[in-house]
Amino acid sequence: MPASQTETSLPDRFGPYGGRYVPETLIPALDELEQAWIEASSDAVFMGELDALLADYCGRPTPLYLATRISEEVGHEVWLKREDLMHTGSHKLNNALGQALLAKRMGKTRMIAETGAGSHGVASATACALLGVQCIVYMGSEDMRRQAPNVERMRMLGTEVRPVEDGTRTLKEAVSAAIRDWVTNVHDTHYILGSAVGPAPFPAIVKALQRRIGDESREQILAKAGRLPDRAIACIGGGSNAIGMFAGFMDDPSVALVGVEAAGDGVDTPRHGAPLTVGGRPGILHGSLSAIMQNDEGQILEAHSISAGLDYPGTGPEHAWLRDSGRAQYVAVTDQQAVDAFKKVARLEGIVPALETAHAFAYVFDGPRDSTLDVVCLSGRGDKDLAEVLARD
Amino acid sequence: MTDQATPTRPQNAGAERIEQAIRGTKRRAALMPYMMGGYPDLATSVEIGKACAAGGADLIELGIPYSDPLADGPVIQAAGTVALDNGATFDGVLGVCRELSALLPVVVMTYANIVQARGAEAFCASLVAAGASGAIVPDLPPEESGELLAHADRAGLALVPLIAPTTPDDRLSLVGARARGFLYTVSVTGITGERSGSSAYQEVIDRARRATDVPVALGFGISTGEQARAAADAGADGVIVGSMLVRLAGGPDPIAAVRAAVQQLADGLDR
Ligand SMILES: Cc1ncc(COP(=O)(O)O)c(C=O)c1O
Repeated sequence: MPASQTETSLPDRFGPYGGRYVPETLIPALDELEQAWIEASSDAVFMGELDALLADYCGRPTPLYLATRISEEVGHEVWLKREDLMHTGSHKLNNALGQALLAKRMGKTRMIAETGAGSHGVASATACALLGVQCIVYMGSEDMRRQAPNVERMRMLGTEVRPVEDGTRTLKEAVSAAIRDWVTNVHDTHYILGSAVGPAPFPAIVKALQRRIGDESREQILAKAGRLPDRAIACIGGGSNAIGMFAGFMDDPSVALVGVEAAGDGVDTPRHGAPLTVGGRPGILHGSLSAIMQNDEGQILEAHSISAGLDYPGTGPEHAWLRDSGRAQYVAVTDQQAVDAFKKVARLEGIVPALETAHAFAYVFDGPRDSTLDVVCLSGRGDKDLAEVLARD
Repeated sequence: MTDQATPTRPQNAGAERIEQAIRGTKRRAALMPYMMGGYPDLATSVEIGKACAAGGADLIELGIPYSDPLADGPVIQAAGTVALDNGATFDGVLGVCRELSALLPVVVMTYANIVQARGAEAFCASLVAAGASGAIVPDLPPEESGELLAHADRAGLALVPLIAPTTPDDRLSLVGARARGFLYTVSVTGITGERSGSSAYQEVIDRARRATDVPVALGFGISTGEQARAAADAGADGVIVGSMLVRLAGGPDPIAAVRAAVQQLADGLDR
């Protein structure tokens, strides 16, 4: 259970990071959301409903699978946490379903979400169809092009997809558009934020909902391999699948936690999405203080990644703190490395991973081999990315 | 209405200049136009600010553009993007501030990361050196603004907080007690942008008045002389008009257009 009976507030700071840098209009809604989650997460009926849906509707627990041919290739055991096998094909439904259930309990009748790769949009559309509530998804028009199959899926599920034409027309602008909608419609609307970013209490709630990934993985690897992994590895967009995986192993000091960001064209170029890896002065984006990409003036820079879900100049505040405190390490791999890993995993294992996830695999293939057992979060399936990858050939 | 400063509220030169301008207006409420610094470019924005003054403004709110302004609607957002594309920088906009502050009190409006990028102390020092009387940072609620408020008070800069229709009663006094210069009262639940109607003004102004002893200025969604008058009728000490003027600043003959529009708003507020 993520929250104990005695909690009266959720963490709002991770070291110096986090906080609530949002217009006053939203502060009461964030307070309300925090209290609602504290109550719901200690309510056996609510958690029972969520658990049952995660089991019977979503297919949890997801398997932990020993990828034998990848293991052979790299010379040590590589186990995959199969979030790609969950309903809708990615880890995003863990969070979207939990938030949608919570919001319905709060009496909200209208849900909004942002999406980059479309995975969170599809997950939100799915949860809202299941619960019979209205859903609107903001998506940059460039991402609608890159992830067209997911746009069609959302529409099939009865969701309105609103194109965002600002800036680079990708994830950052979609989040901004969703926040502006929320500021305007906060009385009846819940914003299903899709990653471990944003103002408190979102990072804490998203972690609580995604930590099943890590909690299950820990139990499964102990049962199957009889030991803990040397490394737990996950890709990082806003950091939700990674924080979920890391949460399971946080108190096991022997387990190295590795977050893999998008290096795009390279971290030595301006075209990347790797704020944790590159470092620099922390900044405020989308309501929290964290590692972000910005210029000297404090203007947010445009990120770049072939993967729409990692194409974001910010990151979750807890990751910034895990980096500074030394508990986790963050690295980045390029577009080309990710595409190569995407193809390699398909051919070695018969699994087409999401381009986001392919970044984690690229680290396994190309990074240091100083491990005897890895657990990798296979955060999602890659059907949505086939056109983008094939177009590069 | 009382004019005295509470003993708990440190007075500062910026707050004094702002309060004098608002309380000393010859109109029914002070006219407080918002303009985007550097829009459409730095030189023109200086002239737009002067046109506001000539048209009858009592105070100017000067935006420093930010790439991701979460409290702003499409018009101000787009203006910020154009300003940045046309080379507006923090120092460049403070140059605009320096010129305008010779005519009127200037309150700089920008976002938290622009403050964060310099540090609160240096941010305040730069604004004061440029003649600014105050600052508004809409994504810095009281929970996050302690450091900036302390530096602003020390530097003689009024940090102006916002209240919204969603602010619960038990928060109003928290925000109100931290207000310097004026209390920015958001008229609607939402972002900046032109809206019709004025029916909700009375309630939000009454709530603001109960929360503070500094002047109460109403903003967001006000664009016509009629709305400005309605705000004054409801007891607002100041009226903030943004998107409509920013829209004109991006149109043909922006200087004359802004001046005429400010004049019209001023007429609406004539006694
Ligand atoms: C399959 C998949 N993995 C990972 C991510 C990155 O998000 P996060 O870092 O929040 O897990 C996304 C985002 O869209 C995704 O679709």
